[in-house]
Amino acid sequence: MSGIRDIKRRIRAVTNIQHVTKAMQMVAAAKMRRAQDRVLAARPYALKLAEVAGRLAGAANARELPLVAPREVKTAGYVLITGDRGLSGAYNSSLIQLAETCLSQEERPVALVTIGRKGYRYFRQRPVKILKNIVDIKDDFDISQAGELARQLMELFLQGQLDEVNLIYARFYSALHYTPRVERLLPLETPPPEEVVDTGYIFEPEPTGILTALLPRYCEIKVYQALLDAKASEHSASMIAMDAATKNAGEMIERLTLTFNKARQSAITTEILEVATGAEALKDWQ
Amino acid sequence: MRTIRLAVVTPQRNVLSEEVVSVTAPGAEGYLGILPGHAPLLTTLKPGVVYYRKIGGERDCLAVSGGFMEAGPDKVIILADTAETAAEIDVERARRSRDRAAKRLRERPPGLDVARAELALARNLARLKAARSRSGS
Repeated sequence: MSGIRDIKRRIRAVTNIQHVTKAMQMVAAAKMRRAQDRVLAARPYALKLAEVAGRLAGAANARELPLVAPREVKTAGYVLITGDRGLSGAYNSSLIQLAETCLSQEERPVALVTIGRKGYRYFRQRPVKILKNIVDIKDDFDISQAGELARQLMELFLQGQLDEVNLIYARFYSALHYTPRVERLLPLETPPPEEVVDTGYIFEPEPTGILTALLPRYCEIKVYQALLDAKASEHSASMIAMDAATKNAGEMIERLTLTFNKARQSAITTEILEVATGAEALKDWQ
Repeated sequence: MRTIRLAVVTPQRNVLSEEVVSVTAPGAEGYLGILPGHAPLLTTLKPGVVYYRKIGGERDCLAVSGGFMEAGPDKVIILADTAETAAEIDVERARRSRDRAAKRLRERPPGLDVARAELALARNLARLKAARSRSGS
């Protein structure tokens, strides 16, 4: 019966798909673990640097430094970090959605910097100005690449093309949890002067001197962190998506097998019935 | 005996966290030594060698390529751009990089980023110094 053969073929096809998703899940899991290690390794430095920056913020003219001083926003910049590839569940679309919300709430003129193919493909068809687009950031990108990106952003900011820079990326919490979020990058946020306690630090060179060296570094680290988090989240999302796909394939195979068995059973029954009826008919004839 | 907790972190990893007796680091205004009970201090670091004396009196060092240092009465935190312990340094590679940087600075090809070449030179000199002081001690 052709119905049975069709079902058999489908079972085989779904099994093949299941093999593929299973493999993709394991690859994503391995990549995520590596990315996770890097995220965690980078955090102590970033935390410490933020602490030091906070301590320096009390310095008299810290708020006048170009990277810190808030100014009237003529163009608000958003940096959207998405993945280059799909097959990672809602990862890319949730980030795009967040960006869309940000842009629609923004009353000031906006400009976008996209990192990752998915975000770019979505926004290039929208009436938004895209200043820059960067793709193909490898899993093992190093800090100098993040630094380069940070420098480009700082340049846009200092030249006045952007008066504010925000990062939209997925913050990584654990293998199963990430949250898309918006974070201000520039002007750098420092605690207000009245909250800073003077602890009698000796500064060498004077605070502004240290800040001029520290702030760009701080900015680089923030970008580096955001990229690391994004990578880890992406792999986590794709791991979860592929796990779900594998499970779904399993369910489908089960369902198909049941249908297959039922069809086979009914085919056998029909056959027996035919044989029996035939025998019965012959008996009468004799 | 009073000790200081020396922590060296880079963006890539925690390089070191150890109780030590003294630390000498390449500060912005020159090398500076830190003993337990130091006044709070915040300084930038130049490429150079960080020396420290362990509790047993044994000395060890790391090459750093610039960064920041925060010192307090009982702790020193070094936020280094990169940091390598003497054992990790690839002497051959450092030597080659040093020669390359030195050559560039000597010949001054047009379009040379002098600041960058100088930094590279300083970085590799620090590496070699750290590696030497390890094998010499």
